[in-house]
Amino acid sequence: MILPDEQKVQLQTKSLDYDILIIATGTKIVPEETEGMKGPMWHKNIFDFYTYEGAKALRNKLRKWKGGTMLVHITEMPIKCPVAPLEFAFLADAFFTNKGMRDSVHIKIVTPLSGVFTKQKANEALHHLLIEKNIEEVTDFNIERVDYENNKIIDYADREVAYDLLVTVPTNMGDPVIERSGLGDELHFVPTHKTTLQTIAHENIFALGDATNLPASKAGSVAHFEAEILTENILRYIDGQPLKKEFDGHANCFIETGYNKALLIDFNYTQEPVTGTFPFPGVGPLKLLEESRSNHWGKMAFRWIYWNMLIKGVHIPFVSATMTKKGKNI
Amino acid sequence: MKKVIANTTVECTEEGYLTDFGQWNKDIARAIAKEQGIELGDDHWKVIEYLQEKHQKEEALTIRGIKKSGVIDVKTFYKLFPGGPLKKATMIAGIPKPKGCI
Repeated sequence: MILPDEQKVQLQTKSLDYDILIIATGTKIVPEETEGMKGPMWHKNIFDFYTYEGAKALRNKLRKWKGGTMLVHITEMPIKCPVAPLEFAFLADAFFTNKGMRDSVHIKIVTPLSGVFTKQKANEALHHLLIEKNIEEVTDFNIERVDYENNKIIDYADREVAYDLLVTVPTNMGDPVIERSGLGDELHFVPTHKTTLQTIAHENIFALGDATNLPASKAGSVAHFEAEILTENILRYIDGQPLKKEFDGHANCFIETGYNKALLIDFNYTQEPVTGTFPFPGVGPLKLLEESRSNHWGKMAFRWIYWNMLIKGVHIPFVSATMTKKGKNI
Repeated sequence: MKKVIANTTVECTEEGYLTDFGQWNKDIARAIAKEQGIELGDDHWKVIEYLQEKHQKEEALTIRGIKKSGVIDVKTFYKLFPGGPLKKATMIAGIPKPKGCI
């Protein structure tokens, strides 16, 4: 565990002293938080896809599944990669269509939020995709329990949604070490200054990515942009200079929509996703908040960029840590 | 935009959330509640005070928070503010609608 007063990290057999600590312990799914979720039907007709075991079990299930009602369900916010459930639903639509069995599959997204897209402009611009792809939405659904014997989920208002296959995103929580160390909020995320990335409780502890309680998306792009600002702030902290209040919640996400098309969104704490061109204003070649083939190829190119540039600490070409308003239709 | 609630002109969003908590008072709360078909009783006020307190501390308002608050259990919360309890309760409490991240 972390012992902030002693400036020590206690491991099982030894301890490590520190002057400055960066917490980047991420987030994990905790299906045990919902009654009936991780019961006898876990990985039989109730699946997650945020763990290797869950994703593999779901893949095997989908290969032989004969159809019925498939729920894509979000337990509570925040979750890692908030667009993943939506992307899963889009890809499932394409998958079942390609298998020639789309007619026998009923896809419903069930969310605790008021819409599948929580931001108004995204909802307006993208709602047509749900209609085109015949994906139904059930909103404002705060799950109370899974009735795994009768294959239905029930919310606090006693609404019931039946399923044959439940693909759920369980409650996300920070690492248990954060709870053990007394450094987290009720979901074990570390309270962190949203612009500097210094933790609220300890000035020599910084936090990065999914482990923080920042009101930004828990996404790889966010952690990447944060890292650039964090590096600078740690250098400033060592030099005794004031920290830069620079992080703006910048997130940039591709959303695969199936059939070799994708969406791209670019937003921050205050600017919701809007239409436009990216990364070159007026030119693109990528389009914001609009389905296109070039976005899909952008995503494919990003795989290479990820392994060959990001992992090595090279800047993403043409994309800055803070969001630009250029090329956005605001 | 401006709206007249309980004979007072207040600033609010298109959805009807007050944008300046300084303009909130109990009469306004009762009037907003009435528009939502809710008659405020003691339990409602307890929830409203809890939400306002959390909001002042800049803590996120969630169903989980309600569950752990000890103020009220979630089932009762749904009965007090039927259909979207967090959205309705925050509107009545004069604080912003809780946001989700995309």
